[in-house]
Amino acid sequence: MASHKESIIREPLVTGKGITYAKVTDDILNPVENKPNKAWWIGFTVSSLGALLWVFAVSWTFWYGIGSWGLNKTVGWAWDITGFVWWVGIGHAGTLISAVLLLFRQKWRNSINRSAEAMTIFAVICAATYVVSHMGRPWMALYCLPLPNQYGSLWVNFNSPLIWDVFAISTYFSVSLVFWYTGLLPDIATIRDRGKGWYRRIYSVLSFGWTGSVKTWQRFETVSLILAGVSTPLVLSVHTIVSMDFATSLEPGWHTTIFPPYFVAGAIFSGFAMVQTLLLVTRKVLGLENYITMFHIESMNKIILLTGSVVGVAYITEFFIAYYSGGEYEQYTFLNRFIGPYWWAGCMMYGCNVLMTQVMWFKRVRTNITMSWVLSIIVNIGMWFERFVIIVTSLHRDFIPSSWAMFYPTWVDVSVFIGSIGVFFTLFLLFIRVLPSIAMAEVKLLLKEQSEEYKLKQMEAGHLDPEQVEFYKTSLKKFDGVDISVYENA
Amino acid sequence: MSSTKYILGLFDDPDVMMHGIDKLQKNSVPIYDVYTPMPIHGIEAKLGIKDSRLGYAAFLFGCLGGTTIFTLVCYFLVYDWPMNIGGKPHFAVPDFIPVTFEWSVLFASFGMAFTFFYATHLFPGRAPRVMDLRATNDRFVIAIDAKTDVPHDDITNILKEAGAVEIKHNDRKYVSYE
Repeated sequence: MASHKESIIREPLVTGKGITYAKVTDDILNPVENKPNKAWWIGFTVSSLGALLWVFAVSWTFWYGIGSWGLNKTVGWAWDITGFVWWVGIGHAGTLISAVLLLFRQKWRNSINRSAEAMTIFAVICAATYVVSHMGRPWMALYCLPLPNQYGSLWVNFNSPLIWDVFAISTYFSVSLVFWYTGLLPDIATIRDRGKGWYRRIYSVLSFGWTGSVKTWQRFETVSLILAGVSTPLVLSVHTIVSMDFATSLEPGWHTTIFPPYFVAGAIFSGFAMVQTLLLVTRKVLGLENYITMFHIESMNKIILLTGSVVGVAYITEFFIAYYSGGEYEQYTFLNRFIGPYWWAGCMMYGCNVLMTQVMWFKRVRTNITMSWVLSIIVNIGMWFERFVIIVTSLHRDFIPSSWAMFYPTWVDVSVFIGSIGVFFTLFLLFIRVLPSIAMAEVKLLLKEQSEEYKLKQMEAGHLDPEQVEFYKTSLKKFDGVDISVYENA
Repeated sequence: MSSTKYILGLFDDPDVMMHGIDKLQKNSVPIYDVYTPMPIHGIEAKLGIKDSRLGYAAFLFGCLGGTTIFTLVCYFLVYDWPMNIGGKPHFAVPDFIPVTFEWSVLFASFGMAFTFFYATHLFPGRAPRVMDLRATNDRFVIAIDAKTDVPHDDITNILKEAGAVEIKHNDRKYVSYE
């Protein structure tokens, strides 16, 4: 194979004994080819109840109108747009993992890209439902598009970031879908060739007749690389444009030039947190510890730490610029985040996103599964509050003090939000049930160079620098799926 | 005349299979195709397959997308219904950049993906033309058209020597057809 020989000091990307190509297929397809276990059913029941709540709350909104939400004249944009930006942000990790890490040739992406991309798609679906439902008159959604109409053809305003957003989100969704599905073709073909009867026929249709011939693979790789190349600026553009929804306004607290990079960093931050939340559970429930290893968990934690710190710097910059600008409204807005009635939301935002993630500087924390999971949840909460603070706290103090108001969500607001989480998890659970949650073909690429077994074989063959071997053995200690006793006398 | 249509050499290791390709080529056995469960770099060069031109397709589709939306926006906002927004110019190019970029990416991705599907004959419902069912799982399959001048026994021997775990003489080209 033309792949390079990897140094022994690199940590393995596939752990465990007796991992063959066939075993990879068996392990990953286990949840797809067999009846789901109890954990799946419990999860699915709870999340589909959530999805039902969403259907109910959104129908209620459509029937009674936006008035059923807690909005008022001053705070005219609250949980709806908070939820939207939160979901879009979560939807950033998948493409980042599959595109940016592909361009940087980070092979640890191979075993997490599939589920992260699926998450992206489901998160963007959730975000899109927010857009449609907060229009109030969803049947008017077509007016977002520049379609010929009876008003002399009054076109949409292409000078507005809201229209850019329509184009950005829809492009992002469809390109992510193509990327995800093209990557799925070889794995669907694997299911097809192992299946029988109607099961086989369904996957046969879905596999588009994939064969895995040389030319097909060559084209497949070209497509993946170019899609990664165009998705990378795309993913950055999407949240840049989302941030411009706010940044191009005249609202103190919104019209800051730092918003685009700050939102993009925040999106990657929250996206990785959600990937971490889901994968830590998935690997355990589906028994995929050999493929999603401690190295993956730690790498994701490092990215969370990095992006969390970038977000922290952006927060500090915002405060400094508010002070330095000399604009008293600007200064008041930022001060108000701590001394105003929403001080608790401000504390959640800065505390969860910046203070809590800083503990990830410690390796003990990064490599602890429980801690990682708890921290990922904290980041998810913190990022929701970030959007809440930016949106509601900036709005609730109007320019005229007589218009100052508070925002109190109604049960419909809360239900739409909780329901959207239900929709997300329902889709994700269905996904891991019917499609391989790990890209099998890509994991098979790692087997000969980056697997623990291969590295052990290398060690047994000798000819390696003993110092490097020692380093490698030490690094294996943190892995939860590695039997360290094998290495005592190796 | 035997009824064998295709001879398949099944390997369980990609490196051994690459070695097998070399051996077959050294003995002038023409290779029909190779089926693998994952992309193996370097096969294209051995089999003399040209580089994919999908990159050009992506570029052209990208140009098409960008031009399309830019033209449309100019028509909407400059020609068909120019709106006076604070006396600012109608032809506000910086404002048109985001959508132009998005559609360039959109057309490039979809154009390239559909060109790929078209060129490779992939579409929903296409009958899979599989020569060996394990080629998508754990076998690296070299397929040889039995119509070659090289005696079949020789091919079998070459494959065996090269380390094939199994050699099949198939009477049908595609086992996936029912």
